[in-house]
Amino acid sequence: MKARVHVMLKAGVLDPQGEAVRHALGAMGFAGVQGVRQGKVIELDLAEGTTEADVTRMCEKLLANTVIESYTVEMS
Amino acid sequence: MRAAVVVFPGSNCDRDLAVAFERAGADVTMVWHKDSELPEGIDIVGIPGGFSYGDYLRCGAIAANSPICKSVATHAGRGGYVMGICNGFQVLTETGLLPGALLRNAGLKYICKTVGLKVETSASDFTAGYNAGETIDIPIAHHDGNYFADADTIAMLEGEDRIAFTYTDNPNGAQADIAGILSQNRRVLGMMPHPERAADAGHGGTDGVALFRALAGALATA
Repeated sequence: MKARVHVMLKAGVLDPQGEAVRHALGAMGFAGVQGVRQGKVIELDLAEGTTEADVTRMCEKLLANTVIESYTVEMS
Repeated sequence: MRAAVVVFPGSNCDRDLAVAFERAGADVTMVWHKDSELPEGIDIVGIPGGFSYGDYLRCGAIAANSPICKSVATHAGRGGYVMGICNGFQVLTETGLLPGALLRNAGLKYICKTVGLKVETSASDFTAGYNAGETIDIPIAHHDGNYFADADTIAMLEGEDRIAFTYTDNPNGAQADIAGILSQNRRVLGMMPHPERAADAGHGGTDGVALFRALAGALATA
């Protein structure tokens, strides 16, 4: 089984990399991009029986820094 | 003063920090990240600058979960002194020993230059060698030094006089110009600038010396 964890900077935390991407898109002629937020996706290959609660603990302890980041977990 | 300097894979200021402690009169032991115990009788643990574990995942995140950091947290919990510089500051926020987090510099660039710091408080064993309000010149060298914390945390740090240093000309977007902060018991310091790189005339500056001397003075009698 697999889990996919999305980690994003929380709303209100400045994302200068996302801002740079937005500027670049504008400079390339892509009109109408009002905001860009850049995050990361972490894919976990898990042993059978690993639960979403286990993955949530992994997020809380290591995969995300909850001071600045939020996360979502997709199990598949 | 007995000091331990933690060495992670990717640390690169560990020897500079050890020399700065030694010059102040400390007996220094280097401690490897896989060690699970600090040596007996350590007064202060130094967490040096560099790129622990290649900055993978987030700066300091993997180091914060290394075996040695558990005993650093225990040491701090017993009232022991800890000083994290640059990547060491990032490690201390990731362990939760200090509040907040260090984000990518607002200008996105890695910055390596000497900056002016205002000493915000002399009420700590790290900063007692300076006068509050004094300006000192200390180098920075970081890509992720933009201090972030929520408004309540910033207000708490200000209210409890826990901001140790601020930038005179904010280089990285840090909230409230914060360059370094103290723990509630004032025995854990995290700072982005490198006082160990301003501790010898050959460095081009010696404004960091007073920090190490003040520590040695405070911990000599401990």
